[in-house]
Amino acid sequence: MPNSPFTSGVVQARLSAAELAHNFADISPKLDAHEARVAADRCYFCHDAPCVTACPTDIDIPLFIRQIATGTPDAAAKTILSQNIMGGMCARVCPTEVLCEGACVREMAEGKPVEIGRLQRFATDTLMDKGIHPFTRAKATGKKVAVVGAGPAGLSCAHRLAMLGHEVQVYEARAKAGGLNEYGIAAYKAADDFAAREVDWLLKIGGITIHYNKALGKDVTLAQLEADFDAVFLGIGLGGVNALGLAGADLKGVHNAVDFIEGLRQSAKADVAIGRDVVVIGGGMTAVDAAVQSRLLGAQNVTMVYRGPRERMSASEYEQEHATSAGVRIIYNAAPKAVHGSSHVTGVEFTFAGGDSFTIPADQVFLAIGQTLEGAPIALEGKKLKTNAGKVWAGGDCAAGGQDLTVTAVAEGRDAAMAIHAKLLG
Amino acid sequence: MANLTTDFIGIKSPNPFWLASAPPTDKAYNVERAFQAGWGGVVWKTLGSEGPPVVNVNGPRYGAIWGADRRLLGLNNIELITDRPLQVNLQEIKMVKRKWRDRAMVISLMVPCDEESWKDILHRIEDTEADGVELNFGCPHGMAERGMGSAVGQVPEYIEMVTRWVKTHSRMPCIVKLTPNIADIRKPAEAAKRGGADAVSLINTINSITSVNLDTFSPEPMIDGKGTHGGYCGPAVKPIALNMVAEIARSEATRGLPISGIGGVTTWRDAAEFMALGAGNVQVCTAVMTYGFKIVQEMISGLSDYMDSKGMTSTADLVARAVPNVTDWQYLNLNYVTKAQINQDDCIKCGRCYAACEDTSHQAIAMSEDRTFTVKDEECVACNLCVNVCPVENCITMVTLDKGAVDLRTGKKVEDYANWTTHPNNPSVAAE
Repeated sequence: MPNSPFTSGVVQARLSAAELAHNFADISPKLDAHEARVAADRCYFCHDAPCVTACPTDIDIPLFIRQIATGTPDAAAKTILSQNIMGGMCARVCPTEVLCEGACVREMAEGKPVEIGRLQRFATDTLMDKGIHPFTRAKATGKKVAVVGAGPAGLSCAHRLAMLGHEVQVYEARAKAGGLNEYGIAAYKAADDFAAREVDWLLKIGGITIHYNKALGKDVTLAQLEADFDAVFLGIGLGGVNALGLAGADLKGVHNAVDFIEGLRQSAKADVAIGRDVVVIGGGMTAVDAAVQSRLLGAQNVTMVYRGPRERMSASEYEQEHATSAGVRIIYNAAPKAVHGSSHVTGVEFTFAGGDSFTIPADQVFLAIGQTLEGAPIALEGKKLKTNAGKVWAGGDCAAGGQDLTVTAVAEGRDAAMAIHAKLLG
Repeated sequence: MANLTTDFIGIKSPNPFWLASAPPTDKAYNVERAFQAGWGGVVWKTLGSEGPPVVNVNGPRYGAIWGADRRLLGLNNIELITDRPLQVNLQEIKMVKRKWRDRAMVISLMVPCDEESWKDILHRIEDTEADGVELNFGCPHGMAERGMGSAVGQVPEYIEMVTRWVKTHSRMPCIVKLTPNIADIRKPAEAAKRGGADAVSLINTINSITSVNLDTFSPEPMIDGKGTHGGYCGPAVKPIALNMVAEIARSEATRGLPISGIGGVTTWRDAAEFMALGAGNVQVCTAVMTYGFKIVQEMISGLSDYMDSKGMTSTADLVARAVPNVTDWQYLNLNYVTKAQINQDDCIKCGRCYAACEDTSHQAIAMSEDRTFTVKDEECVACNLCVNVCPVENCITMVTLDKGAVDLRTGKKVEDYANWTTHPNNPSVAAE
C-alpha cells in the first residue's frame, strides 16, 4: 500500500506525484497582460509615494506602474532593475504586505493595495523571458574587487561593480550561486528554478567570475583577498543556527528547519521524507516555510509553536494566514521545555506563559529559532559585521543594520558597490 | 413614484428616455428590444431618399478612447445613414409603431437640399403613423461631403429654408438636430425656430480622430491604412453638450424652444442635468452601445427616486430649473470667497493635491513629514484643482467664507455681491 498522510513515522511520498506537483507549483503566477493592465490602472501615481519610501531599494514604483499601464513593460522592468537587480526574486519573496503594499494609499482607502509585487513580477518576467539584459558595462577601470558569497547581497554588489567597469571575482562556499534565494526560500515562491535563472540572467552583464566551493577561512583567506584585490565585499550570510539547548534536542527526527527547506529545494519532492506529526518551533518566515511545506508534502498534523504572543511574531500576518489556510495549527505563548523520545523523537513538551505544560506528539521536529553569524572575519557591530572596515565592506544578513530580507541584502550590496566605487576612483 | 410621462411637442412617451438616431435604432429587431427593455421612444436611424441605399465601409466604423479599467469614455463613428432599402425601413417603422402605441416613434431624415426631395420623403413616411420627424443636420462625416448633414447644419440659412419646406409639406411635429461643429450654437437654433421647427435636438457628434496607430501611422478607426474624421460622442462630450443646450435655453431669441438633449447621457443623473438645463427629454446612444438596453431601468428608477426626493411630481418640474443660474462671467460674484478644506479623516495621503497645487497652481497646500496635507488659506485662491484631482470624493471641499470674514490671502473682509461690471479694474468702469 502506498504511503498516505496517515502513515506513521517519517516517510517519503505521502502524496501522489500529481498532488505534489500541484502543491509546489508557483504560488502566485505571473499576471497576464490584461490582469496587469487592470491592476496598474489602480495606481494613483502618488506624490513622493509612500510605497517608494517603504521599499528598501527605493524602486520608483509609481513610475514603473505607469510604464506598465502605458504598454511599456520593458521600460518598467528597467526602472525596477536599475534600483534592484534582483527585482524578479523580490517580486516573489518580499513581504510586500509590510513593505510597499502595506504603505499603499489604497490600503488605507479600501484595504486593497495596488498589487505592486505582482506588477513588478509582470514587468521583470516580461523582460527576462525575452532574454534581455538591459544594462551594459562602463569602460574598464582596471580595478579588481573580490566578493565573498554569491547570495543576494554579493550578487547585487558584483553586478553594480561590474556595471561601473570593475572586474569582480566572486567566491562562493557552495556549489550553486543564489544564496538563500537558491537554498532558503519555500519552493513554491521560486518555482521553475527561478533563482538559478535569475543568476544566469544577472551574470549577462559580464565582468563577473564566480568560483564555486570556495569558502572563506578554508579555501580563501581574507588576508589573501585583501592583498590581491583593490577592495573586498563580504556577503557571507548567517551560516550558523541557534541551538535549542534542551534535553532531547539530539534525538533522531529533530532537524534544523533551514536544512529541511534546503533539501526541498535541491531534491525531488517525492524523495523528501516527512513525519505524520510535525512540530515546528519558531515564529519567523523560516518557521512558516517549514510548516507549510510539511503540510504540502502530506504531513497529517503540523503545529507551529511560538514562545511569544501573536503580535511579536516576526512572520507577517499574511504569512500566518497563509500557514493556517494550509492547515498549520499555530500555538502562541508556549516555550519548549523538553524533547521526548528514546532514540527517535516522540513528542515535544511546552510550557505556556501561564505555567501549564502540554506535550504535542511528534515524529519530526523542525527548529526555526534563528540563524547566527558563524565566525567573524572582521570587526563586529553588535552581533553582526561592521559594514565597512578599511578596504573591506559587508552587507546582507551577516552585516549590521536592516532586516534580514532579500530586498535589504540587495540594497546593501548595491550601496556597498557605490561606496567601493567612490573609494576606488576617489 | 414620480410620474415620468412626458409630452414633448405633443409626442407622448412613458418616460423621457429616447434612443437617438443611430445604429441601435436601425431596424425593428433592435427597436423592439429597446421597447421591451423600457425605453420611452426612439428616433429611427436616418432615412435617405428613395433609390439605391448608401453604402458603408466594410472595415471598422468605430474608434474609442478609454479611462481607467478600459471604461469607454468617448466613441467616434464613420457610419453613414441607414444602408437598408427605404421601403424596408418604412414597413418596419409602421409595424413597430402599431405594436407599441404608447412609445414615441420619430423618424430621422436626411435628403438632398432641394424642396422636391424633402417633399417626396415626407410624403413617403406619412403612412407609417410615426409621431414626428427629426431633420439630421448634424452628421459631420461622409454625408456632409455630399452637401447633407452638417453641411446644411453649418449654414443657418439652409436650416431655415429646409425646416420651412418640412413644415409646409408635413403636419408632423418637426425636430431639427443641430451640429456642434459650429462657432455659435445659438445661430442654427434661431434659424430652426424661424423656419418653424417645433424643437431642436443637440448635440450631434463632434468631428474627431480618436487616436493614431503608431505602427501603421494611420488615424483610427483605420480603413486599409487610411482614416477620416468621424463623429465623436459618449461621456467625454457631455460637458460640451450641456453648455450648448444651456446657451439655447437661456438665449433671448430661442428661450422656450423645446430641446431634446443629446450628448453622453449615460445615467439618470446625466439625464436630470440635461433636463435641468432646459431639455424636455434626452436621447441616448453611446451608453446603450456600451452596456446594452438594460441601463434604462437604472435611468427610470434613478430619475424617479430623485424627483421623489425633491418633491417633483412631473418632469416639467425639473425641466429648465437650472437655466436661471446659467449666466455670463461678468455677473459672477467676485465677493464669493471659498477656501479648500481637507478632511483629515478621509485623506488617504496620496499627495495628488499637493503635486497639483505645488507644481501647477498656487503653492497653497502644505505637506508635513508624516504626509499630513493642509491648505494654506493665505495662498489658496479656491481654484478647485485639488478637489478635482483627489481620488476620494468629498475629502476636499470648498468652504464658503461668511460675509465679514477675512480672506487671509487678500487681507480683505468678505463683502456683499459685486461683479466685474462694477469692479474698479474694469476699464469701462474706470472710464466713467
